[in-house]
Amino acid sequence: MNEYADLLIVGAGPAGMAAALAAAPSGARIVMLDDNPLAGGQIWRDGPQASVPIQARRMRERVQSHRNILHHASTRVIANPGPKQLLVEDDEHGWLISYDKLILCTGARELLLPFPGWTLPGVTGAGGLQALIKAGLPVQDQRVVIAGSGPLLLASAATAKKHGANLQCIAEQASLKAVAGFAAQLPRWPNKLLQSFTLFDRHYRTGTHVLAALGSDRLEAVRLSQQGKIVELACDRLACGFGLIPNIQLGQALGYALEGQALAVDAWQASRIDHYAAGECTGFGGSELALVEGAIAGHAAMGDVEAARQLWPRRARWQGFAKALNQAFALDPRLKSLARPDTLVCRCEDVPHGALAGHTDWRAAKLASRCGMGACQGRVCGGAVQHLFGWSPSTPRPPFSPARIETLMSLDDTPPAS
Amino acid sequence: MPELMLDGRALRVAEGTSVAAALALGSDGCTRTSVSGQRRAPLCGMGICQECRVTIDGRRRLACQTLCRDGMQVETRP
Amino acid sequence: MNRSHAADVIVIGAGIIGAACAQALARRGLQVLVLDAGLHGATAAGMGHLLVLDDNPAELALSNYSLQRWREQAADLPEGCAYRSNGTLWLAANAEEMAVAHSKYLNLQAHGVACELVGAKALRQREPELHEGLEGGLLINGDGILYAPATANWMLDTPNIHQRRARVIEVDGNRVRLDDGQWLSAEAVVLANGIQANELCPELPIEPKKGHLLITDRYPATVTHTLVELGYVTSAHNAKGPSTACNIQPRPTGQLFIGASRQFGTTDPQVEGWMLAKMLKRAAQYMPGLARLNGIRAWTGFRAASPDGLPLVGQHPQRQGLWLAVGHEGLGVTTAPGTADLLAAQLFNETPPLAAHPYLPQRFLGEPAYA
Repeated sequence: MNEYADLLIVGAGPAGMAAALAAAPSGARIVMLDDNPLAGGQIWRDGPQASVPIQARRMRERVQSHRNILHHASTRVIANPGPKQLLVEDDEHGWLISYDKLILCTGARELLLPFPGWTLPGVTGAGGLQALIKAGLPVQDQRVVIAGSGPLLLASAATAKKHGANLQCIAEQASLKAVAGFAAQLPRWPNKLLQSFTLFDRHYRTGTHVLAALGSDRLEAVRLSQQGKIVELACDRLACGFGLIPNIQLGQALGYALEGQALAVDAWQASRIDHYAAGECTGFGGSELALVEGAIAGHAAMGDVEAARQLWPRRARWQGFAKALNQAFALDPRLKSLARPDTLVCRCEDVPHGALAGHTDWRAAKLASRCGMGACQGRVCGGAVQHLFGWSPSTPRPPFSPARIETLMSLDDTPPAS
Repeated sequence: MPELMLDGRALRVAEGTSVAAALALGSDGCTRTSVSGQRRAPLCGMGICQECRVTIDGRRRLACQTLCRDGMQVETRP
Repeated sequence: MNRSHAADVIVIGAGIIGAACAQALARRGLQVLVLDAGLHGATAAGMGHLLVLDDNPAELALSNYSLQRWREQAADLPEGCAYRSNGTLWLAANAEEMAVAHSKYLNLQAHGVACELVGAKALRQREPELHEGLEGGLLINGDGILYAPATANWMLDTPNIHQRRARVIEVDGNRVRLDDGQWLSAEAVVLANGIQANELCPELPIEPKKGHLLITDRYPATVTHTLVELGYVTSAHNAKGPSTACNIQPRPTGQLFIGASRQFGTTDPQVEGWMLAKMLKRAAQYMPGLARLNGIRAWTGFRAASPDGLPLVGQHPQRQGLWLAVGHEGLGVTTAPGTADLLAAQLFNETPPLAAHPYLPQRFLGEPAYA
């Protein structure tokens, strides 16, 4: 089963859908992949306990209405076996997609840092809890602590409260000064200001960070440092995330250059000829930025230079928001020292912090300890060790995600002509 | 409303519920046992961390990205 | 120790061979300096399979002796080395291969290697995942598995061993030059750096043989023994072109390690999709259920192959002071103890525990130029 796309878009969040809609009028054959069962990415995740904003619903409907946009849900990219060719897999099949142009809209994931007790059932990411609730996770009357850093904490808290959770605390590690400084800038982006008022909660505490999750078989309480004081809160759920890191693995494997931790693109959202990227994978900035970047990429990929250029001012505006955001929520260096020697860093292979410290680089640490050799391929622990030790991740190899062996077997097994 | 089996126990859930949510609704929410014997539950909720690997109808899948279907057999201790 | 020497012995390469040699010499009281360029060679990539191979008498002697030494030290290996004595089950797909199994059985028995023939029905009982149509097999009980990088690290963590991250760019008998220009000397220099050996001694007949591997997610209690096809002996091991052979190893974590492939003429470390597919298809012929399991990682490695499939262990016949421990191909982890003991005995001019002659470098490099 081989498929061809004039334009292949990886990711059906705001950036991916905006790219598809910008490119659709050209009549090109557009294929959009996403590993979730429904389109929307993280911010517009749909489910039985989700309330998808009207803008998102409209975008989804418009995408569905275009006969030249084909959306493959629950589909992951497994390998890039040849130029302009991706091996993909869904729940039933594996197949090859050949493309002429590619736009990566692979989004971002949370930075999850290790602390004592973080592997206990009941501990999730902050965005993680929000995603789980949207998909039906019950939180009615459960005592919830949200912790970590960034505006996502407020969004997650709002979702939890909406579904009956008993919010105990929102622990933002950034200082009051940093957060207030950011809030003072919000009038530059009026709807963000409005959003901040609706999300604000009386349990919000700045200068507060998690020290440990407590419990034997599952989470029972959280120990926090609250502006220097130690506080313990009994709770059922701890949702802790320290901001977002871009999902660059597929881009790296395809030879995209990096700028800092994100995929590097030019004014046309291009990395190299026929290869584009948009949204959080090019740097965090929220859904408004993702939408305009996606549209620019979609127009540029179809050669509609004018339409792309017209969006540059709007992109610049939202890039300002992103910059302010990233500066305000920089992480406290003390968060690097939460883990004890026996605190697991690699959750897939159960490798403790003590087994990692003292190695010179990621590769040496991996080989000696097996950290990063498990199913998540270092997506969780790699983010952590980059923050803790400054180790850069290595270029990913296929399979980019765990894949059925029969999918890998479906690749052509004839040697290339030499 | 699909009905599925979680480690041998039946549960009926709302349409569109993920297997991860179903495990929290019908059980203790745990999805797997780690290599050193710890029970684990979903962490990232978005298909990255691999903590929610379960066996669904004989195949290893991520519970947080799989919707419940009628007749599904889910095992967290294969 | 000669004060102008950096150590009694300098070992180039901190892989399993260099580590084993360093440990053996350090335990005899020598000061050993191990230099490694940090390239992570075959030891980092391989399957860590400990197996007795009897393609020829010299291979049997070295692998059998080494397995005995592994079994002796098993109790000393820390947990992280993941040593298990789970045996190798050689699989016969047809009557012809079963006949090969039978003659191997006789040969191994005659040499005191514990093994048993397994008929078709018993094969399925022992390994229910195997394809129904197999003829039978040969179980070699004393074979095992271990995690080579951790084992090399354990060996290097011996008193009298000092390690340095350094790249050697020239060897001159018992002296080496580092890339910062510094010359270091010792009583003896041991070259144990696998496929990089040619860079320092272009005359060595070592060729890189690329191999692919894949590891699965955790599926405990699926497979017990390391499963290897007997066609391996005729197909992959001795072939010239690219080839694959079924090799399925159960890790203590419950993951399955899948190999094996062989390609000459390339040093490109990229995973090649066509070769991965070919290798997995071969393995799935023996274990059909493999197709439905998830693979989580794939990678490649390069074996240092010599023309006759046996390593070069002994003093370089033209470069006095330089000792070789290279060319182990796919048997490096297995034969590390035997290599180390052979090398140490020769260095100390003792009778080696097994005949050294078949592995001497002069068989390729010519007779010694010195007394």
